[in-house]
Amino acid sequence: MENLIEIADVRHTFQTASGPLPVLDGLEVSVPEGGFVAVVGPSGCGKSTLTRLIAGLLIPDEGSVFVHGARVTGPRANVGMAFQNPVLLEWRTILDNVLLPLEIVASPLSKTEKQDRARKLLALVGLEGFENKRPSELSGGMKQRASLCRSLIHQPEVLILDEPFGALDAFTREDLWQTMHKVKAEEPFTAVLITHDLRESIFLADQVVVLSGRPARTQFTLDVPDTGIRTLDHLYTPEAAEMLNILRHQIEVAQGRVPAKDVA
Amino acid sequence: MTAQKILVPTAAIIVFLILWELLVWAMGWPNFRMASPSDLLPAYERYWELFLTMGWQTLWRTVVGLLLAVIFGTALGMVMGFSRVMRDALYPLLVGFNAVPKATVVPIVALMFVGWHDFNTILIAFMISFFPIAVSVSIGLSTLEPEYRDILRALGASQSQIFWKIALPKTLPEFFGALKVSVTLAFIGTNLMEIVSPHGRGLGALFDSGKTNSDYPLMFAVLIALAFLGIVLYYIVVALEKTFAGWADRSA
Ligand SMILES: Nc1ncnc2c1ncn2[C@@H]1O[C@H](COP(=O)(O)OP(=O)(O)OP(=O)(O)O)[C@@H](O)[C@H]1O
Ligand SMILES: [Mg+2]
Repeated sequence: MENLIEIADVRHTFQTASGPLPVLDGLEVSVPEGGFVAVVGPSGCGKSTLTRLIAGLLIPDEGSVFVHGARVTGPRANVGMAFQNPVLLEWRTILDNVLLPLEIVASPLSKTEKQDRARKLLALVGLEGFENKRPSELSGGMKQRASLCRSLIHQPEVLILDEPFGALDAFTREDLWQTMHKVKAEEPFTAVLITHDLRESIFLADQVVVLSGRPARTQFTLDVPDTGIRTLDHLYTPEAAEMLNILRHQIEVAQGRVPAKDVA
Repeated sequence: MTAQKILVPTAAIIVFLILWELLVWAMGWPNFRMASPSDLLPAYERYWELFLTMGWQTLWRTVVGLLLAVIFGTALGMVMGFSRVMRDALYPLLVGFNAVPKATVVPIVALMFVGWHDFNTILIAFMISFFPIAVSVSIGLSTLEPEYRDILRALGASQSQIFWKIALPKTLPEFFGALKVSVTLAFIGTNLMEIVSPHGRGLGALFDSGKTNSDYPLMFAVLIALAFLGIVLYYIVVALEKTFAGWADRSA
């Protein structure tokens, strides 16, 4: 199967005031079309840098990043991004915030069609009736939902999520996980999710990539068996417990706290 | 609600005038020490037309100076906000320029362009008021969180699209904060020049002629007129702020 995203042997070093800082060193990530890959790793290891590579905001020193068979040489309109900070524009309504990417990306839709699409997305994430509210009137979880709609409005090939739920409380976060599944069923996308939450990674993704400490290389890859529609109950099965154990061990290795041990 | 917004300040002003009148009356001060509000009315009556023409002179020169400050200050702020190198290069210059007390610059400019009274006055109003605008715009642009840039940059947006859609509107609250300071500064600049310039015009010149003729009620009347104009200018800026950056006001 051809991969939508292909990152092969990528190395990158930042030149900082205090000398060169190697951030990526031997990164390998492949995401098939329609796939959902979660990336976990120690803090500061280079996860956000990885998202910037896929978005074309950063060109690596060495190695290559391919999206849909084409080498990434700069920003392309086919990605949508959402961050931990929802970065909604305070002076716009929620609807106009969601429509923002369509003001940059060429779209065959008419003005009303665009608005209809934005309303449909907002309804899908449970924000029906909030179209004309300002971001300051929304809770943190609702802002994150709006931000998700904005990242999907132009039907990007690749959805890049950099810890979008990181600042939310546990209940809101679980709500949003379920919303993600619902959205993916309606609006198929290929996603790369950066997260610090191992339960989140196995709940949402079909593959979890563990990065080593800085400079990051791909240390371990875990395939999450396709269990059909996932519910929160899946997180409390023995299979889930085992996956979490493996991942937790790999993170400890990445942090350099324990040596690697063989896992069957 | 709006009635209250007008009535309360008006009442405060009336109370202030009554207290002033009472104080002068109780202390028995002569006019050359402190004129009282009741002495001012005859001054306004006598010089009514002068107040109008001179007030207009002061007003339009202040506004033109301020507009130039907005244009130049915004442009300078943009250059410094977008380029680290330019920020490092220009900041010390700008701070040094701002640190020179304008009272010392006024006589120099008055001599340099002697006879060009309008030009002089506008120049000082401009010089004294562009600094806060330049600083606020540059800080607003340089502190824009990178994620704001990235959501548009990742879609292939140009620098100018990022500026118009995000950077500029996001800077507006800081810009108007600075403009409120600048409008008062420009006003001070205009009046300094009007007072210092020989054969000047405007309320500053009227003040100066009151001084020469020992017409103390006139001097106090000018002060009140200046306060009035200052208030008007300030609230015009507040109204503009409400219109263009009202979204930043969370109290509503
Ligand atoms: N533009 C840059 N210039 C210099 N150094 C950078 C730049 N961007 C990131 N870095 C450095 O590279 C390292 C990796 O950064 P990155 O943001 O990718 O980490 P991360 O894994 O996303 O961290 P976190 O878990 O905290 O989100 C950090 O040490 C960071 O300081
Ligand atoms: Mg990060």
